Amino acid sequence: MEKVYINSIGSISAQKTFDNSDFLEEIVTYEDNIIPVIEPNYKDFIPPAAARRMAKGIKMGVVASKIALEEANLTDIDAIITGTGMGCVRDSEKFVTAILDNNEQFLTPTSFIQSTHNTVAGQIALGIGCKGYNFTYVHSSVSFESALIDAFMQLEQKEAENILVGGVDESGEHTNAINKLIHHIKPEKINSKELLHSKTGGAVFGEGANFFVLSNKKQDYSYAQLLGVKTYNTLAKSDLLANLEVFLKENNLSFADIDVLIIGNNGDIDYDNYYSELTNGPFKDTQQVAYKHLSGEFNTASAFGFWLGAKILRTQQIPSPVALNAIKNKGFENVLLYNQYRGKNHSFTLLRRC
Amino acid sequence: MSDLKQELKEKIITQLNLEDIAIEEIADNDPLFGDGLGLDSIDALELIVMLDKDYGIKLTDPKEGKKIFESIEVMANYIAEHRTK
Repeated sequence: MEKVYINSIGSISAQKTFDNSDFLEEIVTYEDNIIPVIEPNYKDFIPPAAARRMAKGIKMGVVASKIALEEANLTDIDAIITGTGMGCVRDSEKFVTAILDNNEQFLTPTSFIQSTHNTVAGQIALGIGCKGYNFTYVHSSVSFESALIDAFMQLEQKEAENILVGGVDESGEHTNAINKLIHHIKPEKINSKELLHSKTGGAVFGEGANFFVLSNKKQDYSYAQLLGVKTYNTLAKSDLLANLEVFLKENNLSFADIDVLIIGNNGDIDYDNYYSELTNGPFKDTQQVAYKHLSGEFNTASAFGFWLGAKILRTQQIPSPVALNAIKNKGFENVLLYNQYRGKNHSFTLLRRC
Repeated sequence: MSDLKQELKEKIITQLNLEDIAIEEIADNDPLFGDGLGLDSIDALELIVMLDKDYGIKLTDPKEGKKIFESIEVMANYIAEHRTK
């Protein structure tokens, strides 16, 4: 079986991450309960004629994928696999609103055509003329990990050499209003520096697009090796550590082998206790890193955590705004990512320095 | 008639997301499709819905659109003659 490497990255997030030469040198602080991405100048990446029908999520995905492909020196790719929780939610909202407003008449085609979940993967393929495998996973907060597993297996089995994998979700006004109503979004605006110590329920919502070229050919510029990914739709808190131990063992590792733990805690007092099982348990003396105070919560926010893990392994640095404790190891070999949302859809991802 | 032409230009820019094009850049006789404004078949569908919704004109034969959407001038003349609202 072939080893799998992260050969390039492309990120559009609530931080200025679209420039790969920068690594969270300048942190943008927010005082809100919904945070937007910092957008690049899309015209630098997408011809205006192609961009005019693209909603924000499509533009974010297309540009993040272009950044990743450019860094990997690739103009074409064997497969495109994306994960998204809500798909092109803005055009979906627009289309459904038009149905209601116009009494099911006068429906225009553009927002309908662009509202499907696989629009981003489709537009990327159209842009680069890729006729290869094109797949989109819509599995709530394990959408990105599902895409990763697919790519990982294809690369391990040598069914492909280079695969573009990404997670993308855009923020939609109506969807946010519903999430406020059901208290999945915090009722209060909160400073992003204080978020992880919040004593209230709900999360600060965000959006983003994080793309990667995964390959079974290691390059001088590879970021990290992807060792394994595992997802669970349901996992009781009491079973968390036992399942993690099995996952690590499957990869010939133990708790003590992990140098950095990257967790997806989002400041929701009702569900962050899942992470405490790890941070106060076997990883209490391990360097701990968090990221959702920088990116916001969304179904594919864990792809931003994946981006962070890749960056940490390549640079061998942990920027202070993401460090959760003062423990400092000398070098980082193995990075473990753990994410869940509201106690469901858990994922473990293992990265290794290469 | 000039008000209608101005209105059509505004609607086309807004509804077809032609954010890089200014009203004054669209001449009354410029072709809307092909070499002119570069609109395509999806835009044609958007224009058909616009005629129905805003002017009460139902195009039963999509082939009619090819003639009607030739330019702002032709479109405005057609709307002035056939509008029901």
